[in-house]
Amino acid sequence: MRFKILIRLKSQILEPQGKVIEQSLKSLGFEEFSNIRQGKLIEIDLPDSLNERERLEKIDAACKKLLVNEIIEEYEVLG
Amino acid sequence: MNFKSAVITFPGSNCDRDALTYLKDLTQGEVLNIWHEESSLPNVDLVILPGGFSFGDYLRSGAMASKSKIIKDVISHANDGRYLLGICNGFQILTEIGLLKGALIQNKSIKFLGKDCYIKKKFNNKFNCNIQNNEVLRIPVAHNEGNFYCDQETLNYLHDEELIAFEYCSGEYSLDDANINGSLDNIAGITNKNKNVLGMMPHPERAYQDFHLSNHGKKIIESILS
Repeated sequence: MRFKILIRLKSQILEPQGKVIEQSLKSLGFEEFSNIRQGKLIEIDLPDSLNERERLEKIDAACKKLLVNEIIEEYEVLG
Repeated sequence: MNFKSAVITFPGSNCDRDALTYLKDLTQGEVLNIWHEESSLPNVDLVILPGGFSFGDYLRSGAMASKSKIIKDVISHANDGRYLLGICNGFQILTEIGLLKGALIQNKSIKFLGKDCYIKKKFNNKFNCNIQNNEVLRIPVAHNEGNFYCDQETLNYLHDEELIAFEYCSGEYSLDDANINGSLDNIAGITNKNKNVLGMMPHPERAYQDFHLSNHGKKIIESILS
């Protein structure tokens, strides 16, 4: 089964790339676009032999150990 | 005095050779170069985690390097109270390991900064004890993620425990803001609570030879040896 992990900078931290993307979009005529923030998407395959709880536990452990720096980032796991 | 030191090289490190020369020239002692996959770190007085782009800066700067095989011994080295200095990517690795507080995020300007900067000492420690208060050091930076961030509680802790080693300041040739990258409270370098681990974004190993624009980087090693 394939899982997606969305990682974003915490909302209180300035995300400068989003700001630049926003300026660029505005210059292309997308004036109503605002508060753009760029994050990361990680996709992972896990074997079907693991049950749902085991899979989520493994993903959670991997996020805490390597994939996410919880000082600056937060994450969300999508099935 | 027989001072021994070591520089750890990760795939993508590019200041390791400069760090080796810096240590050889200034300590006059034995200097080892250790590959990150080595399982043990010999007993040395000082370890440098050098600058560069370990593991291509994939995921986050320093994230993968902080899980390298040698890191277990680097942590023991620090816990034994011996000196550990992380320069640039080395600073990022130290925050990813958790030996230093906070994190280094993208420069506010979204520009890679490669230029001289000016720093001065904030609180005294063994890495800067030979530097006078208000003495301005001219030392180069070269980074994309040098913007020091932590939460307010941690920032208060760094001030209260006097763990801020260096802060950016204005200098003779500076044309722009003293705070080059957006770091909280102009932080350029911090130590751990025991003050035997220092992480700093500027590169002292690029400021010590006669052909460098300044030799102020010498003062870090001179402080340690004093």
